[in-house]
Amino acid sequence: MDNQFSQWEVFIQKKNGAAHEHAGSVHAADKNMALQNARDVYTRRNEGRSIWVVPTDSIVASTIEDEVVFFDPANDKIYRNPNFYKMPKGTTNL
Amino acid sequence: MNSTNNALYNYCLRLADNNLILGQRLAEWCSQGPTLEEDLALTNISLDLIGQAESFYEFATTFTEANCTADDLAFLRSEREFVNNVLVEQPNGDFAYTIMKQFLFSTFAKHLYTALANSSNQTICGLATKGLKEVNYHYMHSSQWLIRLGNGTDKSKEKIQFAANDLWCFTKDMFEMNSVDTLLIEQNITINLSTIYTPWKNDIEQVFKIATIDLPTDTNKIIGGIKGIHTEHLGHILCEMQYLQRAHPGAKW
Amino acid sequence: MQKNESSISFLEKQFQEKINNDIKIEPKDWMPEAYRNNLIRQMSQHAHSEIIGMQPEGNWVLRAPTLRAKKILLAKIQDEAGHGLYLYSATETLGIDRKEMIEQLQQGKAKYSSIFNYPTLNWADIGAVGWLVDGAAIVNQTMLARGSYGPYSRAMLRICKEEGFHQRQGYEIMAKMMAGNASQKEMAQDSLNRWWEPSLMMFGPHDSESTHSEQSMKWKIKVESNDNLRQRFINKTVDQAHHIGLTIPDKNLTYNKETRNWEISPINWEEFWNVVKGNGPCNRQRIAHHTKYHNEGQWVREAALVFAKKEMEIQ
Ligand SMILES: [Fe+2]
Ligand SMILES: [Fe+2]
Repeated sequence: MDNQFSQWEVFIQKKNGAAHEHAGSVHAADKNMALQNARDVYTRRNEGRSIWVVPTDSIVASTIEDEVVFFDPANDKIYRNPNFYKMPKGTTNL
Repeated sequence: MNSTNNALYNYCLRLADNNLILGQRLAEWCSQGPTLEEDLALTNISLDLIGQAESFYEFATTFTEANCTADDLAFLRSEREFVNNVLVEQPNGDFAYTIMKQFLFSTFAKHLYTALANSSNQTICGLATKGLKEVNYHYMHSSQWLIRLGNGTDKSKEKIQFAANDLWCFTKDMFEMNSVDTLLIEQNITINLSTIYTPWKNDIEQVFKIATIDLPTDTNKIIGGIKGIHTEHLGHILCEMQYLQRAHPGAKW
Repeated sequence: MQKNESSISFLEKQFQEKINNDIKIEPKDWMPEAYRNNLIRQMSQHAHSEIIGMQPEGNWVLRAPTLRAKKILLAKIQDEAGHGLYLYSATETLGIDRKEMIEQLQQGKAKYSSIFNYPTLNWADIGAVGWLVDGAAIVNQTMLARGSYGPYSRAMLRICKEEGFHQRQGYEIMAKMMAGNASQKEMAQDSLNRWWEPSLMMFGPHDSESTHSEQSMKWKIKVESNDNLRQRFINKTVDQAHHIGLTIPDKNLTYNKETRNWEISPINWEEFWNVVKGNGPCNRQRIAHHTKYHNEGQWVREAALVFAKKEMEIQ
């Protein structure tokens, strides 16, 4: 019986201080293999300085059906936006 | 050419030839890997090695007539002029065999480059320092596969043990020296290879232990690479690799 | 039951509206089964093409004439392996796994681009493949990057970025050979003669003959027609050929000043369908190669899995 190993998601940090961004996925049998495969597949053009690999199964995702329930409530909370506040004319450093 | 330059030229060829021939062997895996990811990994190592070969050839050309190029050295010398170690020219065999060959060589290269990173020759020092980073990765990649295969199925264990036993007789050749070494050792350009034999063997033993591979007891040794005495395989590698340059002399590609 | 049907037609309507408004479809979104299947067919076919395409180029890796050429070719083939991998991953988001796709390829149930069923017979073929085959692929892939399925379009963006050097390295080989000696020029022209028509066929049958085209356009899996893309490719390529002294192997090639298009002879579709059906010069060889090395890797994959299991148990 053929097997092609399980799938891992690859996150790459492009430069120091930056967030790890999703790059794609690889197949691998174990952690070390996943890490090395990610390196060989996604950083051949010097794109990375740190890699995370996560078993695809371990990712919990919201579904499209949740979209309205999850995100619409944040629509009208404009008081979270600094521009919501009116400052007296001439105020500086704020 | 003065004697030091002559020795340096020969030494660079040795380093370059080793990398080129092993790189060429690994390139044979292109589209034949056990997984797509591993196909990429093997050709990545091949690319590193060919790149290193090119750099050492380029340095070698600085000791030759003005119009000799790295490509001339790679594509227009014949079997008896190649001075690579016989290990690297051995056929790939199966995946276990290729990985074992890689591991035995990368462990050697790791110790050699570590030493050459202190060479009194600036260029050798620079190339070794740069190459060491790549070689360390090759060492990691091959040792991890050794451990997987040694601890995998009965079949994989059998194959990796066979590879160790079969390749062992070619490893002594990597530590052979001649007058080139004597001269360069005197000037701190290179090191006495016997000094890295024990560190090399220690690494091998350590990884073999984790991989549950028995250290081969084969006392046979097949040597001669640095004198241009090779196994029959090298001629065929060159035949294929040099075909276009030989068939169309003087053509620019 | 009736309610169910109407809700499906509602979903379908909503789906089509999203497409019309250029909203990308994501893996977990609702999609018509036919859209899913159409994508699986096209994307896996695309992935297989990248993988099978490694073979004709790999045929010259060991014989590349310079160290530079060897490095470039290896890196290029490696990219193609990567493309295959990105595309398999993107296809997996639709609920099929790589194992199944490989099975379909080896059993002849899934196709790949027919161009790779032609042999690479001299070094100039490596130039021609990069210049023409990758050139045609870029035209096609730039269009696919605008497609409606998120993971496919993202994979295409990444791939297009990497393709940047593929066509250029191919054209560089051709240009060098055309600037070389007589036998090099002969090789270059010979390879163009063999690869020209197959590369035109890469865009698929004429729009009027293409079975999947209409629905694919409606769903924005494709956003331009085969004939449009082919014409764009011809116009670019003819000029490039002339620029380095190559002759396009078509006696009827003429420039239409009004449309500003290069017009060509009718394409030999009989040959195209013959190769698609499996009777090209290398069809059997390509699948046999793939199957052989896939099977030879089986014990390696097994060993790695057993090892991974043991490690998990220790932890
Ligand atoms: Fe590609
Ligand atoms: Fe490409």
